[in-house]
Amino acid sequence: MSWIENRFEPGVIVTSIDWAINWGRSSSIWPLTFGLACCAIEMMAVGASRFDIDRFGAGAFRPTPRQADLMIVAGTVTYKMASRLKRLYNQMPDPKYVIAMGACTVGGGPYFKYGYHVVKGVDLVVPVDVYIPGCPPRPESLLEGIMRLQDKIRHQTRARDVIGQANRDRLVPLTA
Amino acid sequence: MTPEEICQLLQRTFPDVVEEAVLAGAHPYVVVRADGWPEVAGFLRDDPRCGFNLLRCISSLDLIEENKLAAIYDLCAVPRTTGDAPLVCPHQFAVRVVTDRADPHIPSVADVWEAADWHEREAFDLMGIVFDNHPDPRRILCPDDWEGHPLRKDYVFPKEYHGIPGTTEWEMPNPRH
Repeated sequence: MSWIENRFEPGVIVTSIDWAINWGRSSSIWPLTFGLACCAIEMMAVGASRFDIDRFGAGAFRPTPRQADLMIVAGTVTYKMASRLKRLYNQMPDPKYVIAMGACTVGGGPYFKYGYHVVKGVDLVVPVDVYIPGCPPRPESLLEGIMRLQDKIRHQTRARDVIGQANRDRLVPLTA
Repeated sequence: MTPEEICQLLQRTFPDVVEEAVLAGAHPYVVVRADGWPEVAGFLRDDPRCGFNLLRCISSLDLIEENKLAAIYDLCAVPRTTGDAPLVCPHQFAVRVVTDRADPHIPSVADVWEAADWHEREAFDLMGIVFDNHPDPRRILCPDDWEGHPLRKDYVFPKEYHGIPGTTEWEMPNPRH
């Protein structure tokens, strides 16, 4: 949609194309499997049958970042893992979103005081769209977070690509 | 064999290497000097009366008041019926090797028990004890370019690592209870 982006003033609305594209994107957010620690178990529970995530269209977990548009960071991020996380985030194509799941990714969690090797919040590494607190958050909380993300996606418009521009402004440098 | 018998056997065989023994309590151990440790380790594994063929764990201690570092080797003799030294009842023992804090060197026993390979790498990574003649002397848990040895009592937490800031509670550089 780059030929139409940022060409008009902010007041111009491109309605039905917007509505259709946002409906398509929000109803098929494919996550990248990025379960690092205990929150991964709750993410697996969400993927299983009781708290089915596939009814939101987000059940196709992709093992490769090239085919994913959502990265659910589920678990503690260490300094050793942070460089790999940056690399995988940079490999995801736009539009991409990040959900910080669990207390460790939101702000260090229980390791905030004594964790010498824990990144105190994954937003020090990648830009985050939705934060889900909890240790671990209930599967219903993760589903609520995905629904908030769907709301965020539905409010996007082709005429001004705010999120993509913000992502490009905050481009995370690929240092090792 | 009881811990007292093992201790007497060691003191008879290696009179100048075995220094002291603490045999009361649930964790009896013997203190061995660092430079004679590989011979004692080989004896503990091969002698049919001891037969310690399983190194359970290597723990490391930071004795900052005495300016020393110690590595404690937990050994266990697994009961076995085959082989040339059958053993019926299991017994366990521990050996403590003490070294200087400023220049800590302990000879590696990775050729005696294979489990010592990774345990010694962990003791080097987190406490800074250098194991001589180790087959693979690298850090195992922290990244390879990490500075310092985190489980020492005077360790200062890093302010940042590769551009990622490291914060602690109220900016304490060394959080302690």
